[in-house]
Amino acid sequence: MPEPMGFFTDTTVCIGCKACEVACKEWNQLPAENGGIRELSGDSYDNTRRLDGIHWRHVRFIEQFKGPYDGRWLMMSDVCKHCVQAGCLEVCPTGAIIRTEFDTVVIQSDVCNGCRACIAACPFGVIDINPVSGTAQKCTLCYDRLKVGLEPACSKACPTDSIQFGSIVELRTRAQKRVDQLKSQGVKAELYGADPNGALGGLNSFYLLVDQPEVYGLPRNPQLPTRNLAKSSSFSLASAAVLGVLALVGLRKRRMDDMGGPGAGGSN
Amino acid sequence: MSDTFFSGAPHWAWLIILYFFVGGIAGGACFLAAVVDWFGGPEDRPVVRTGYSVAAWGAILSGALLTIDLGRPLRFWHMLFQSANVPALMFKGWSPISFGAWAILVFGLFAVLSALGGMAEEGRLHNPALRAVGGAVRGGLAKVVGGVAGLLGVFIAGYTGILLSVTNRPIWADSPWLGALFVASGASTGAAALILLAPGRGATEQSLARLSAFDTKALVVELLVLVLFVASLGSVNRVWIGFWGLVLLVGVVGLGIVAPLRLHLQRRPLASAAKLVLLGGFLLRVATILASEGIERYRVAAGM
Repeated sequence: MPEPMGFFTDTTVCIGCKACEVACKEWNQLPAENGGIRELSGDSYDNTRRLDGIHWRHVRFIEQFKGPYDGRWLMMSDVCKHCVQAGCLEVCPTGAIIRTEFDTVVIQSDVCNGCRACIAACPFGVIDINPVSGTAQKCTLCYDRLKVGLEPACSKACPTDSIQFGSIVELRTRAQKRVDQLKSQGVKAELYGADPNGALGGLNSFYLLVDQPEVYGLPRNPQLPTRNLAKSSSFSLASAAVLGVLALVGLRKRRMDDMGGPGAGGSN
Repeated sequence: MSDTFFSGAPHWAWLIILYFFVGGIAGGACFLAAVVDWFGGPEDRPVVRTGYSVAAWGAILSGALLTIDLGRPLRFWHMLFQSANVPALMFKGWSPISFGAWAILVFGLFAVLSALGGMAEEGRLHNPALRAVGGAVRGGLAKVVGGVAGLLGVFIAGYTGILLSVTNRPIWADSPWLGALFVASGASTGAAALILLAPGRGATEQSLARLSAFDTKALVVELLVLVLFVASLGSVNRVWIGFWGLVLLVGVVGLGIVAPLRLHLQRRPLASAAKLVLLGGFLLRVATILASEGIERYRVAAGM
């Protein structure tokens, strides 16, 4: 049985070259958007803008400029987090989303029927419909490459090793060393998703960030969608009970009216 | 900022809105029909028969809307059976969409049987096979079948709200009250549909007045739950500053709840109030779904 595998993305060494985006598109034969005629964002070098069904890697450009000489670019290659407790897998009604032997989360395109429950369930906005297949799609962590002992296309292509692939245990050790190194240099570095006791049981694709998670478009405390199930169901049952009693009381009163018994009086 | 603002929109639009609306009416009407079936008198039979017919057609239309909305409609059965392991069932009790797929199927079955029973009662079935089925659903059996359909109807009306809450989307996952709100709306719109349709099958003035009295109470419950829903959203309420907030305030609260309540109190014609209740029920689904759908993750992250 293979051990859990994943990505550690060190955002401090990402140079925004988008080699990962290209490698992902090429290996997974993902189609171009709008026939290749793409509108530029106009306010950023980031023209991909988001992860979706045909963009399984996205290099996020965060431009923090206070003035002409005071600013920085933060860059982060974003991807499916392959959550240990995955919301998409939890709600998928067809069983199309599975956990693989590498502890990664994969959507089986031949099973998915495009109901889109997983899109709304993912706290990171990773999944979307691929218009060619009509099914929900996202990063598979190159399951086909892993099966034959190759590393995923994106990390293979990354020229700065910002995206590192490996066993989760080893990656966590490596990531902590890097955080310690940066902190010793006075950089405020934190790991996001590396804690197996943290949100969603840890993310098998975790990050080293130098600013707040929200700045990178990441939720501070991602949660499973079923957190609302018990409360929402209870309130619905309570509402149904109140309406049921109201309906029954109305009818009982009518019967008493018919019988002309005590309490008779026209409420209707 | 709520963590829900970092999720992606599932593109649940008009077909799903229509399904939520139709499913709510079908479920609410079926529940009321079952209550009247069990506890009403012989003069209420037209209401019972209308309710079961609304439920049956609503369930059929719901199934069609949901299937058409899929990215791959021909794979609709993947919701019910494990596609690589037929006939093993596909069911996840903790996933409202999985639970709901089965519920619609079973609700549809019981609602159709009850509707056929009602039509046989009226002598309207001419096809021998349908007449045989409808004729068999009578007496105690009809009450049991109708009762099951009624209970499932409550589920159908409310689970759609729970389904929205069991996501990570803004508004939907930020409040636990959507299921309760949709239950109340299902009851009010179900009663309104019966007020409009039951006269065509011979419902008495007394039956309609009783339904109207119930609808008044259901609208009050709906308004209370709507207030709780909005209060529970907290800071997320800023999403209502705009067009969808106007739809919620004017369309849902004003036209869909307050206006029919006033008409009920003034004892004005029931049909006008019922039409407004239906409009409000539809706009409730429109506002709650499209307000969330319009929030795009990458725009939020970029501060746009």
